[in-house]
Amino acid sequence: MSAVGAERPPSTPADLRALGPRLLRRGGGADRPPLRPGQRRARRRAVLAALAFMSPWIIGFLVFTAWPIGYSLYLSLTDYDVINAPTFVGLDNYVRLVNDPDVRLALGNTVVFTLLQVPTYVVLAFALALLLDKAGRSTGFFRTAFFLPRMTPPVAVGVLVLLLLNGQNGLLNVALGWFGIDGPNWTTDSFWIKPGLVLMSLWTVGGSVLIMLAALRNVPSELLDAAKVDGAGFWRRTWHVTTPLVSGPLFFLVVVNTIGALQTFTEAYTAYFGSTGGYGNDAALFYAIYLFQQAFQFFNMGYASALAWLLFLVVLAITAVQLVVSRKLVYYEGDR
Amino acid sequence: MIPVCVAVVGALTVSACAQGQGGGATDAATYDAESDVTGTLEVLGFGLSDEVAETRAERAQEALSDVDVQLVEGGLDPQRFLTAVASGDSPDLIYSTRSQIGSFASRGVLRPLSSCLEGEGVDTGQYVDSALSQVTFDGEVYALPEFNVVQVLAANPDLLEEAGVEIPQVDGSDWEAIPEATDALKEAAGPDAIGYDSKLPEFFPLWARANGAELISEDGRTAQLDDPAAVEALELAVEVLERQGGFGDVQALRDASDFFGAGNQFASNTLGAFPIEQWYINVLNDVSPDAPVVFDTFKDRDGEAIAYASGGSWAIPTGSANPQAACRYAVTMTEVDSWLAAAEARIAVREEEGKPFTGLLTGNREADEQIRELVEEAEQPWQGGIEATYTANENTFSLPANPADAEFTQAWQDGVNRVLNGQAEPAESLARAQEEAQAALDEAWQQWDSAGGDPAQVSQDPVDPAEVSPSAGADG
Repeated sequence: MSAVGAERPPSTPADLRALGPRLLRRGGGADRPPLRPGQRRARRRAVLAALAFMSPWIIGFLVFTAWPIGYSLYLSLTDYDVINAPTFVGLDNYVRLVNDPDVRLALGNTVVFTLLQVPTYVVLAFALALLLDKAGRSTGFFRTAFFLPRMTPPVAVGVLVLLLLNGQNGLLNVALGWFGIDGPNWTTDSFWIKPGLVLMSLWTVGGSVLIMLAALRNVPSELLDAAKVDGAGFWRRTWHVTTPLVSGPLFFLVVVNTIGALQTFTEAYTAYFGSTGGYGNDAALFYAIYLFQQAFQFFNMGYASALAWLLFLVVLAITAVQLVVSRKLVYYEGDR
Repeated sequence: MIPVCVAVVGALTVSACAQGQGGGATDAATYDAESDVTGTLEVLGFGLSDEVAETRAERAQEALSDVDVQLVEGGLDPQRFLTAVASGDSPDLIYSTRSQIGSFASRGVLRPLSSCLEGEGVDTGQYVDSALSQVTFDGEVYALPEFNVVQVLAANPDLLEEAGVEIPQVDGSDWEAIPEATDALKEAAGPDAIGYDSKLPEFFPLWARANGAELISEDGRTAQLDDPAAVEALELAVEVLERQGGFGDVQALRDASDFFGAGNQFASNTLGAFPIEQWYINVLNDVSPDAPVVFDTFKDRDGEAIAYASGGSWAIPTGSANPQAACRYAVTMTEVDSWLAAAEARIAVREEEGKPFTGLLTGNREADEQIRELVEEAEQPWQGGIEATYTANENTFSLPANPADAEFTQAWQDGVNRVLNGQAEPAESLARAQEEAQAALDEAWQQWDSAGGDPAQVSQDPVDPAEVSPSAGADG
């Protein structure tokens, strides 16, 4: 504080940005008087105590996350079937991966599903949150009602896919029939399988609705009132005031759902590749399912590890692009 | 992403701790039917699901009175089993589907059973041939087969009469009659019903064999999925579905049916006929005893009964700490007297419920014959079901054990599914399936052969990767 004592305290992001380089130049306390031996010991003890308290997490992270990730990278360079010792094969698994038509199929399916699912899911979550925001005293009831389906185990949702979306007597087609619409075979027509799975994924939209509802509650009412006074209707207020102010949570939902969609597994596996008497539709062969088949049905663990790393790189690349784009589109409160 | 990485490597992490726990091609353990056995016996994959299992398990426990038998119930999970073996914590005995035995044996995780069978005085001639061939890998028996699942034809007599269709038109003996019979049954059954279900994709091997095709060579080394007879079989079985709106419509109707309930397809008159496993006879008898149904055998094009056999089996892992107990347990579970005791128990239960005993297919020919004598004449249609079941059991075929069963099965299923989903024509699709299956077989057999056919070498000396093209399984 002594170094900036003559100045007004930093209070805005701009102040902090200006101050940053100076703080860095100070090397974390070059201007401060040197610590006395007693203070050094106390600080060291404090650091050790902090590390001791953090050690369960650190050890857990190293043993159960960092080491397996590193080991999977090693395995991706080997031929490994669980029983025999891994044999180093260099980049052969990656070469195989590039030439594997099923990888292209699975990756294509996954990307198409993601492109369909994420916008639908986020827009629906936002729309329901807007409705809930207007629900007044009954918000609590609807909030619970929307969230309850999220408690359904994914495997059960996989079974529900086959029941609710059945082309013959599924609830969806029955409902469409009330309006004179002859619904498709959502669960068996290759063209409609992915849209069907997207529809079923909306089953769990309640969690995201709650996130968006919390974000909407933080939108300053004076801004909305001012827009209203200026003559803006509901849609203009939503598009020009509300949406920019909640773009941060919206972006969060986009990123999280994109990662989730790229890893889609349980529902599709249960519906199409579990115990289905051998019937598995290529249109539902998502990347994680193919990875699972290679790892746990064919025991090509080395190849499966290479597949996992490819997925990691794909997710990384997509998330990086989203982050770059978000700099222009997303508004954060702290940046004001 | 991290969860995916962790999911994949989680099992690997455990298994990395110890590899190559395989035993040997020649079992060093000594077996003697007269010797006492002690210790513990951990059995993986077998559950006491009914009186048939309970009765035999009690007899096996009596035969091993000084052994602490621990049953880890639930179906065998190959991932769990292989990981346990790799980490040196192998179960002593496993109960596995017979189709997995070749893959397990080729990985060197199963003990050959020659010494066990010799020591316990077991004559392998008592087993049903097709069941025994499924557990015989490269000339060596690796498991004791039990149960036999076969297919029979089930049909709705009311719909058959309405459609003017006779059983021979749908039992496989007259392929030229099938398309027309399908149309007639579909018309009789109505738009929300299946006239004739060829049960693809799972029954493709049955249709192929009915047309004289063998999907894999007798030695398990050569895939024959592109056999013209197999292609022709697929064309017909798919045509049956296409004549009823296509596979999508038929599968949706299958999914919508109350298959195991009182509103099943026969009780609700929504299915004309289909080949089905014999256990479904008991399901129908239990849930809809008055439903219109008749049974017969499914037949090949020469009019001979035919069925595609599958079932369970007992195998001893190489890491078994108590192979003597494991051997005796497996032998006792599958011996004739145990099956007879189990049949008596089943008969008592069925009598108590006022239902007919429809027999047991044990995988043991002698047991089957003796149990058949216990089966009393039942009312129709159940008597027809019993006769069809036993006739089918005498005319079974199976796919021989091979080291790439999972990949081979996946290949033909994918081949059939591509046609069902309208992505490929039968010949084109089975040609691709042939390439995929053969690549997987070649790779697996090469590993086995390079180890000299010795399970111990397989598990201890991994194949040189330079000898195996890593892309072999993917390019087809």
